[in-house]
Amino acid sequence: MLCIENLHVSVDDTEILKGVSLRINLGEVHAVMGRNGSGKSTLANVIMGHPAYEITSGDIKFKGTSLEEMEVFERARAGMFLSFQYPSSIPGVQVGTFLRKSVSAVRGDEAPSAREFRKELKSHMDALEMDKSFLARYVNDGFSGGEKKRLEILQMLLLNPTLALLDETDSGLDIDALRVVAEGINSITPRAGCLLITHYQRLLDHVKPDYVHVMIDGKIVKTGGADLAVKLEAQGYDWIEA
Amino acid sequence: MSGDIARDAVGDYRYGFHDPENATIRFDKGLSEQVVRDISELKNEPDWMTEIRVKAYHRFMEMPMPSWGNCDMLNQIDFDAVTYFLRSSEGTEKDWDDVPDDIKNTFDRLGIPEAEQKWLGGVTAQYESEAVYHSIREDLEEQGVLFFDMDSGLKEHPDLVKKYFCSVVPASDNKFSALNTAVWSGGSFIYVPKGVHVELPVQAYFRINAKNMGQFERTLIIADEGSSIHYVEGCTAPTYSTESLHSAVVELIAMEGAKIRYSTVQNWSANVYNLVTKRGIAHSNATIEWVDGNIGSKLTMKYPSVILKGEGAHAEVISVAYAGKGQHQDAGAKVHHLAPNTTSNILSKSIAKNGGRSSYRGMLQVTPKAKGCRSKVICDALMLDADSQSDTYPTMEVGNSSADLEHEASVSKVSNDQLFYLMSRGHSEEEAMGMIVNGFFEPFTRELPMEYAVELNRLLELEMEGAIG
Ligand SMILES: Nc1ncnc2c1ncn2[C@@H]1O[C@H](COP(=O)(O)OP(=O)(O)O)[C@@H](O)[C@H]1O
Ligand SMILES: [Mg+2]
Repeated sequence: MLCIENLHVSVDDTEILKGVSLRINLGEVHAVMGRNGSGKSTLANVIMGHPAYEITSGDIKFKGTSLEEMEVFERARAGMFLSFQYPSSIPGVQVGTFLRKSVSAVRGDEAPSAREFRKELKSHMDALEMDKSFLARYVNDGFSGGEKKRLEILQMLLLNPTLALLDETDSGLDIDALRVVAEGINSITPRAGCLLITHYQRLLDHVKPDYVHVMIDGKIVKTGGADLAVKLEAQGYDWIEA
Repeated sequence: MSGDIARDAVGDYRYGFHDPENATIRFDKGLSEQVVRDISELKNEPDWMTEIRVKAYHRFMEMPMPSWGNCDMLNQIDFDAVTYFLRSSEGTEKDWDDVPDDIKNTFDRLGIPEAEQKWLGGVTAQYESEAVYHSIREDLEEQGVLFFDMDSGLKEHPDLVKKYFCSVVPASDNKFSALNTAVWSGGSFIYVPKGVHVELPVQAYFRINAKNMGQFERTLIIADEGSSIHYVEGCTAPTYSTESLHSAVVELIAMEGAKIRYSTVQNWSANVYNLVTKRGIAHSNATIEWVDGNIGSKLTMKYPSVILKGEGAHAEVISVAYAGKGQHQDAGAKVHHLAPNTTSNILSKSIAKNGGRSSYRGMLQVTPKAKGCRSKVICDALMLDADSQSDTYPTMEVGNSSADLEHEASVSKVSNDQLFYLMSRGHSEEEAMGMIVNGFFEPFTRELPMEYAVELNRLLELEMEGAIG
């Protein structure tokens, strides 16, 4: 479903991704691990189409079409979703309004009626243990780290993507919140592919990855199964570089 | 300005239609003492009003143009090309069905009568120089609330008008208040008796239809002790390649413990000069609130002000300005703290786009007598592109050291990360921009009656369309 071929990406003439290849099929969970600054967020952002990054060579295909000509919002409407490491705040825009508008933008003709939408929203918010007072607040404005991450997962559940890119969605969450977020991810993965960027084994206790990739200096240097994450947690990254 | 350029400048202004002009009385273009006398005579005014007008006319002729704001644009105004009085209807109707069809047609397209039925306590609709329709709910009338168009107000309650007319904004305040005082026509006159709370807002709607028209409405609102009222006004005009002049004066008087809120959404087409003087006096423990939105016009110069005259009086000025291509919004607020323990909040938000210019001009005065007063001023500007301009001219005159004053100003740009975030949720760049802009204005919008808020959001979203790339 997602097919990345020898991808090179630069920002302001500095190369950040130096030949990344990756294939994600429907129903697969791919964990990407690596030190800070190795290029993980860049990979997620460039898949979603962030304008700051320039693809200097290589290609990304989603469901068989090259993403090159697709605008960010078209990618979203085609079923891609990015949970941001650092979600932006949008002062003055209420969460409730934003969610309703986003659902109708992404799901288009298949968007639920107002009534169904409220029902869906309530059931997801209950599952994520979010109070309905969230809906009247401004998007990410003055949110704690954990609140931002919950709102990202709430959006994922409502937008129902076929490809979810989750960038450190587990960072800054306590154990209970982590479990709740993990349940959210597990509820979409049978129908979706998932790229899970994380530093910690503890999320992978709840969301079982099919593949674990290690990224160092803009390249995927090693790929293994779930046990690779366990080994990284215990031994760090030095043994791979050696 | 050629027609094409004018159309380009105003874009897809949706109130830009105009209806045939069926004037019953139209004065020749240009201004003279005779024109002023003729207006007064036509309206059968008492002599004292004629004298006020004539004196004001001479003040207008003597006074120089303001030397600030936008002098280039101001000096383009051709006072000889303006029509100073135009009557389109024989009278002011109380029944919507009696309004002449062509005028009714205009207001129907603007959605006026529907709004009245749904959520208003009274409504007045002014077309060119005079009110064509006016109504007030019976229950308000029974409580003694006076709500008239200004011409009728003068006829019915000359004593009240004489007492307060020009008491807040003297004719000689500035060149345009002098002009308004000389040739005023229409506007609203409101008196709320002691202790009466007018729960539903009353609305005035101003429409310029004719070319080169000058609209000079005059509004006077008196809220007696412990009373309250919310007055809402909206304005539109057709899109012509020649310019129109709108120069209003609004005077508010809030007696002890009274509260007046005055909300405006000004959406003149981009060929209208909008030069308005708005000022209120707040007596002890009274509150005056200006909620002022400027979306349209070519040049707006308007600084709603409050004189805090009595101890414990409060002023609130919330304003937004949107300046698109060819537009200059020179707006702001003025508050004069004359008495102890007076308080004020000023929030100004402006957006400039496509080479537009928005300026904040503010004045905060604290006299030596105003011990223990508090004031907070916040000015935020949002730039949507590099061609646009935003500037602030805050002035403070502080006469005592016990005042607690805060001033915050910020200029921000829409960040790529915000746009990317919204676009990743399925919104096009224009839609994303519209959401950010509406969010930026939200502290203003939430103060408006819901119908106005919805309309304003829609307008701004339209402004964002087709403007990026
Ligand atoms: N928008 C950007 N502008 C400049 N440098 C960037 C930008 N995004 C990422 N980088 C640089 O690219 C490298 C990889 O960053 P990132 O992808 O965020 O890493 P990770 O998510 O693995 O911590 C870092 O050196 C970072 O400074
Ligand atoms: Mg990162």
